[in-house]
Amino acid sequence: MTYNPFTLEGKTVMVTGASSGIGRATAIECSKMGASVIVTGRNEERLNETFKALGGEGHQQIVADLTNQEDIDILVSQIGALDGLVNNAGLGRNKPIGFIKMDDLEYVYQTNVFACILLTKSLLKKKKINKGGSLVFTSSISSRLNSPGIAMYASSKAAVSSFMRSCAVELGDKGIRSNAVLPGMVETKLITRGDYTEEDFEKDKNLYALKRYGKPQEIAYAIIYLLSDASSWVTGTSLVVDGGRLLK
Amino acid sequence: MKTLEEFVELFAEQFDDTDASEIQAGTVFHDLDEWSSLIGLSVIAMVDEEFDVALKGDDVKTSITIEDLYNRVASKL
Repeated sequence: MTYNPFTLEGKTVMVTGASSGIGRATAIECSKMGASVIVTGRNEERLNETFKALGGEGHQQIVADLTNQEDIDILVSQIGALDGLVNNAGLGRNKPIGFIKMDDLEYVYQTNVFACILLTKSLLKKKKINKGGSLVFTSSISSRLNSPGIAMYASSKAAVSSFMRSCAVELGDKGIRSNAVLPGMVETKLITRGDYTEEDFEKDKNLYALKRYGKPQEIAYAIIYLLSDASSWVTGTSLVVDGGRLLK
Repeated sequence: MKTLEEFVELFAEQFDDTDASEIQAGTVFHDLDEWSSLIGLSVIAMVDEEFDVALKGDDVKTSITIEDLYNRVASKL
C-alpha cells in the first residue's frame, strides 16, 4: 500500500528549535515521513541527539542562535531551497503584568517573535522557499485563551499568529502557504520549569476535554499535515491541537 | 539581605484587599482569603526582583508561614 497524501517524500523541511520538545518530535516524524530534514537549535549536544534520531538519510544539522542576525545569515547561506519551514523555536517566562520589565520582554520576544520574523524574511529574500512551499508556525492556544501570569508568552504567540496570516496574504501569489498550529499544554521542558506545582498541573488537566496534556508527537502530526500536499488548499489557518481545552 | 520585617512588608504589597495588619511573619498565608495562584506568581516575581532568588512553585506551596518562605529565600542566597 503506497497511497499516502500526507507523505513528505522529496521535500526538504527545516525545523527551528529542533533540539527539544515539539521541534525535536517534528524533525523526527518528518524524517519518518520521507523528508530531508534540516534541524537547527542553539544547543549543539541536544541538537545532535535529535539529528541522530532522524530516520533515513540526507539530513543536515546546523547550530544557530536565531536571536543573532549573523547566525541567521550563516544558517541561510548553508542550506539549499526549502519546501517546508517549521518556525518552532520558542520559550516562555511567567510573570504577573506588574513585574514585567524590558529585559523580560526582550528575552521572550527576541526568540518567539523577532527571530521567527527575521529568519522567514532572510529565507524569502534569498529565495530559499520553493514555489508551493509551506510555512508552519508553532503558536499556542494562549494566543486566544489567557490565564494569569502568561501575558508575555501569550502576546508573543498572538504576534506569531498574526505574522503567519501576513505571510499567507503576501506569499499566496507564489503558491507559498502559511499556517499555524496552536497547541495546548504539551509535555515538554517549556512547561516544567518549576513555576507551577504538580498539583497545579493536575488541576489544569481537568480543563481539557481529554483530561490530559499532549505529547510532542501529537503536535508534530498536525505540522506534517500542514507541510504535506494534503493541505495544498489550506493557508492562513490556525489548527488547534489542544485535547479540547478551548471548549471550556 | 533584607530583614524578615522587610520581607513581610514586600509580601503584603502583593495583596490589594487584605489589611497589612493581617500579614505577619507567622501568618499562614495559604489561608488568607485573597491568596491565589496569581499572588503566588507575584511573590515569586517579587523574590526574583528583590533577592535575585528563583523560587519554585513548590517552595511557595510547602511553606506554611511567611517566615518559612523567608527562610527558604535565605537558604537559596
